[in-house]
Amino acid sequence: MLEVCNIDTRYGKVQALWDICLEVNQAEIVALVGSNGAGKTTLVNTISGVLRPAAGSILFQSERIDSLPSHAIVELGISHVPQGGKVFPDMNVRENLEMGSYPIHAWKQKAETFEQVYQLFPRLKERRNQLARTLSGGEHQMLAIGRALMSKPKLCIFDEPSYGLAPLLVKEMFRIIQNLREQGITILLIEQNVHRALEIADRAYVLENGRLNLQGNSDELLQSDHVRKAYLGL
Amino acid sequence: MPILEGQGVTKYFGGLAAVSDIDFHVDQGEIVGLIGPNGAGKTTLFGLISAAHVPKPGVIKFKGENITGLKPHQICRQGLARTFQSVKIFPNMPVISNVALGVHFGNSGQVTSSQAAEKAAKLLEFVGLLEMAATPAKDLTLVNQKLVEVARALATNPEVLLLDEIMAGLNSTEIALAMELVSKIRSQGITIFMIEHVMKAIMSVCDRIMVLHHGKKIAEGTPQEIATSKKVIEVYLGE
Repeated sequence: MLEVCNIDTRYGKVQALWDICLEVNQAEIVALVGSNGAGKTTLVNTISGVLRPAAGSILFQSERIDSLPSHAIVELGISHVPQGGKVFPDMNVRENLEMGSYPIHAWKQKAETFEQVYQLFPRLKERRNQLARTLSGGEHQMLAIGRALMSKPKLCIFDEPSYGLAPLLVKEMFRIIQNLREQGITILLIEQNVHRALEIADRAYVLENGRLNLQGNSDELLQSDHVRKAYLGL
Repeated sequence: MPILEGQGVTKYFGGLAAVSDIDFHVDQGEIVGLIGPNGAGKTTLFGLISAAHVPKPGVIKFKGENITGLKPHQICRQGLARTFQSVKIFPNMPVISNVALGVHFGNSGQVTSSQAAEKAAKLLEFVGLLEMAATPAKDLTLVNQKLVEVARALATNPEVLLLDEIMAGLNSTEIALAMELVSKIRSQGITIFMIEHVMKAIMSVCDRIMVLHHGKKIAEGTPQEIATSKKVIEVYLGE
């Protein structure tokens, strides 16, 4: 479904990603693991068109997307839940969600999707008329996920969805991600809770200093000495 | 005697009691954890202590003196510094200047720019960011931006440091390093009050933990007591 081929990404003179190749198949959950600063966010920002690759190509459903603007990539069915949420602080909750529903196919189903999102996050429904800036950190995160779902994605990229969430909500978040996959949404997941991420993922890639050093089935990676030492603190 | 203490601390946002009638205290040299579900009022309580908001009603005392109603900069200069959950760095300034600002702003007295830069460099080394001293702060990862805030807060020479979720976004191996950093800060004689959702860290680094829920304090005790409290398991930890 998604094919990333030999991607390099740079920030000015500084190269952040080297020769990245990765694929995500329909209805998979694929985890992207790596330390703080390894380039995970850079990679997903390159996929969603926030950054441009300096070399390589990105295909989504066999169509090249690496020179498309972000909004066109969203139209094709890729939603991105950015790290830290990045919601619109001076819009209320309902307006923030509505911002997600601009792709034509999503707009037609807007009323129905609103209901689904409110069902998933009752807290958002409670606070629908509140300005996003008055939400707590965890509520920001819920809103960002809700906004991504409003665009009816085929592939949803999560950049640390459990960031700043209380333990009960972290469990809930992983349940929600599995649930989305059951509904047919393909998932690319960055998550620092590596153990949990590998438990729900089918496959994973390990990114280190801007290079993919390791990949495999999640079960294999959970057993790998390197992963256990570097990421699981074992 | 507690170094930091609150009595009946309350804050309404419109009709919503974000923090409601909370009594708390932090003793000199302690590490106290503040946990609770998202939206429980934890960051608001930090905002009240650091004077981003004013409690109404309620009293906050620092080193035995009533500091309610003082301005944030006055509180900082008395020796109470904080970091922010949603980072508030100066994005276009180099990392080292962000920290040097803390030296100038805080209670170090009159310092020259070179003294400030020297102290900032030491603090960057302390938090492990010296290599990035010249990088604009906005180019750092979110996690490193939080460490810049820790260094900037330390630059003001605090006696009490409020840490708002500095471990979010870290993996288990990185969390172990962050815990070491918190212990190192305490061993310099700085008292720590910290919000964190990473239970492994909170449970092993804190002397005492307070739990908020819907703006009220629902539990307080040692990590062991909190980990086994039925109420806390129900609203926060889960089975």
